[in-house]
Amino acid sequence: MTPELMIAGVMLVALVLYTLTGGADFGGGVWQLLAWGPRKAAQRRLVDDSIKPIWEANHVWLILLIVLLFVCFPTAFAAVCTALHLPLALMLVGIVLRGSAFVFAHYDPLHGRGALRWGGVFAVASLLTPITLGVVLGALGTGFDVDPATGLVDTDFLSEWLAPYPLAVGLFTLALFAFLAAVYLVREAGDPDLRADFRARALGSAVVVGVTALVAYLVAPPVIRHDLSASPWATPLHLATGLAAVVAIYALGARRDLLARVSAMAQVTLIVVGWAVAQYPYLAYPGYTIAGTAAPASVLTPILVALAIGGLVLFPSLGYLFVVFKRRPGA
Amino acid sequence: MTDLLAARAQMAMSLAFHILFAIVGMAMPLLMVIAERLHQRTGEPIYRELAERWSKGTAIMFAVGAVSGTVLSFELGLLWPQFMAFAGPIVGMPFSLEGFAFFLEAIFLGIFLYGRDRVSPRVHLLSGVMVLLAGTASAAFVLCANAWMNTPTGFTGSPAGGVTGVDPFAAMWNPAAFSEVLHMTCAAFASVGFAVAGIHAAMLLRGVRRELHRPALKIALVVGAAFALLQPITGDVAAKHVAEHQPIKLAAMEGHWNTERGAPFRIFGWPDEQAEETRWSLEIPYLLSFLAHGDPHAEVVGLKEFPRDERPPVAVVHVAFQIMVGCGLAMIAVAGLGAAFAVRRRELPDWYLRLLVVSAPLGVIAIEAGWTVTEVGRQPWIVQGILRTADAVTPTPHLVIPFLAFTGLYVLLGVTVIVLLRRVVFAADRNQSVPADIPEQLPPEAPR
Repeated sequence: MTPELMIAGVMLVALVLYTLTGGADFGGGVWQLLAWGPRKAAQRRLVDDSIKPIWEANHVWLILLIVLLFVCFPTAFAAVCTALHLPLALMLVGIVLRGSAFVFAHYDPLHGRGALRWGGVFAVASLLTPITLGVVLGALGTGFDVDPATGLVDTDFLSEWLAPYPLAVGLFTLALFAFLAAVYLVREAGDPDLRADFRARALGSAVVVGVTALVAYLVAPPVIRHDLSASPWATPLHLATGLAAVVAIYALGARRDLLARVSAMAQVTLIVVGWAVAQYPYLAYPGYTIAGTAAPASVLTPILVALAIGGLVLFPSLGYLFVVFKRRPGA
Repeated sequence: MTDLLAARAQMAMSLAFHILFAIVGMAMPLLMVIAERLHQRTGEPIYRELAERWSKGTAIMFAVGAVSGTVLSFELGLLWPQFMAFAGPIVGMPFSLEGFAFFLEAIFLGIFLYGRDRVSPRVHLLSGVMVLLAGTASAAFVLCANAWMNTPTGFTGSPAGGVTGVDPFAAMWNPAAFSEVLHMTCAAFASVGFAVAGIHAAMLLRGVRRELHRPALKIALVVGAAFALLQPITGDVAAKHVAEHQPIKLAAMEGHWNTERGAPFRIFGWPDEQAEETRWSLEIPYLLSFLAHGDPHAEVVGLKEFPRDERPPVAVVHVAFQIMVGCGLAMIAVAGLGAAFAVRRRELPDWYLRLLVVSAPLGVIAIEAGWTVTEVGRQPWIVQGILRTADAVTPTPHLVIPFLAFTGLYVLLGVTVIVLLRRVVFAADRNQSVPADIPEQLPPEAPR
């Protein structure tokens, strides 16, 4: 296994972990936006309490991902940042507003009176980032040609991402994050009624995930549809994803909340891995491959060593954080 | 506005904004750990209340710092893709390590802020220490990457012809790294100490909760004053380094045009870039030669040695340098006075408290000015002598739009943070019936 492939693997792990943690935090924002019914306030508070201690750490996976991209695949990073400037900038606006609005709402002793009416902003931001993240990931599948004259990406700054498929992936990503958050919140809730609220939301969003996935598949350009099924891994991956989805829905219905959580996480992991397999060996299709854009080995090898050492410190600390805050009362 | 100017403006604005929050995330853990330790040693509940109140403000600032830092890591590519395509692999090591340090900071900040009732006191204090160490390390790594732009080392090749033979550690420990890390780390602790001391001095002047604000002022002032008094030493290290490695930057800082021995140090003055002279300055003979090279007769290179298209905007750099030094000297004076009161064990008089309120923003102003010196002083290069800023900018059109959008966003955030901090920090002392409006009795110079 080449060092660049190992780094790409680490980036995939970071993307999966960001989806499972940070993605779910954005999904939680969706449920704060859509809070309704008699337990509206309690729903919002549950989301707030669940996210509060961990969301800063969850967010760092995205930073790790972007740093590894620019350190190890610099020309791909330059091309993606150039062609996808607009959706990336919108994603950043969402990240800034979401992160700030969250602490503002949490710490304001006057609860958003006067100059601090941040509720609406927070809600919009919770939609903006998942959609644009999905748009970016969808866009990487087509249209990244190298301009032979300049050696830079050949782009009109719009056509790579302003197309039905990336936008459909954006909506799918939003649905997926909301689904994940709802499944987590079922188990976070102490109160049975609140648990039922989120169980219903999880089931509802599972349907939306399915519908948006179908739409994305239908509007996908032929090259992506081909990639989604070309690899020998594709069929088993799709089957496993489908199985995890079915188990998650069954477990939600049967009130087996832990099983629902594990299978929803498996489902989301398999979807991200499936995307990566379809994308392989391209970081941005067709001009930028993993091997073709990799930094020299004199860069990659020390980074791999640093990742290994960093991981030895990081994972126990991260595990401790989740043990401290996610241990169920009495357990 | 050209796209290049818009890109530079957006980068400058984003950095200037982020720095304010980054230094708080770096230095406040020290104040909180001190308060927490005092609480655990003395059992005094007032120290615990202090640690908790500081942690609220820190959580707000840290959150904004985290998201504005994320914006910066993307902006490197959104605005300067050709810089990153060249430099990314070379300075990747400090950026990657920074990722881990920031991760640890975020993890232990979560435990420190929200885990008081869930972990033992010892672990709680230790988490605070971890936040402090990881936050400082994280800043140090970013500074190493910035220092590389001033003194690029650790590679062979060029932006046009491709890079070979990268030595990531030689790039990380580039010549400027040590002096930049040292000077900026001390600056962060000094500025935050002064800002916090100013807030508590304001509260003492208003006569509320003296039992809380007196120890708070003491801790913040000790930290702020100690680091402010260290700054002349770290500044000297930085100046000697710049004199050796970036003589053109030093010449711009000083508005120094002619190469000469026994060069004077200029206070005030306005460099005229057309006439190539600095007018209306107060000159202290031999001092620049001495400060730059440790010898009053040493030769100091002047701006005229360099072609015009390689000179930075001299007036901006010179004025920013004057502001930084001026603020730093003022802080040293205030710190010295405080030390004198402490030695004589005298109660701090009201006029000194007022002086502290006025001094609260000095450190922050000095930091912004100092970054202007180091960044503008490197122009027209994005990587000194290797890659010009104009050649690194993105081909994306209409860059003025993201510049205005992010500026608007940050103005909105800045205003909100100020309003919110006033509510959190100041409102807590008043009765439960808090008025929704901002109290008008606040001193106008109350710091952020």
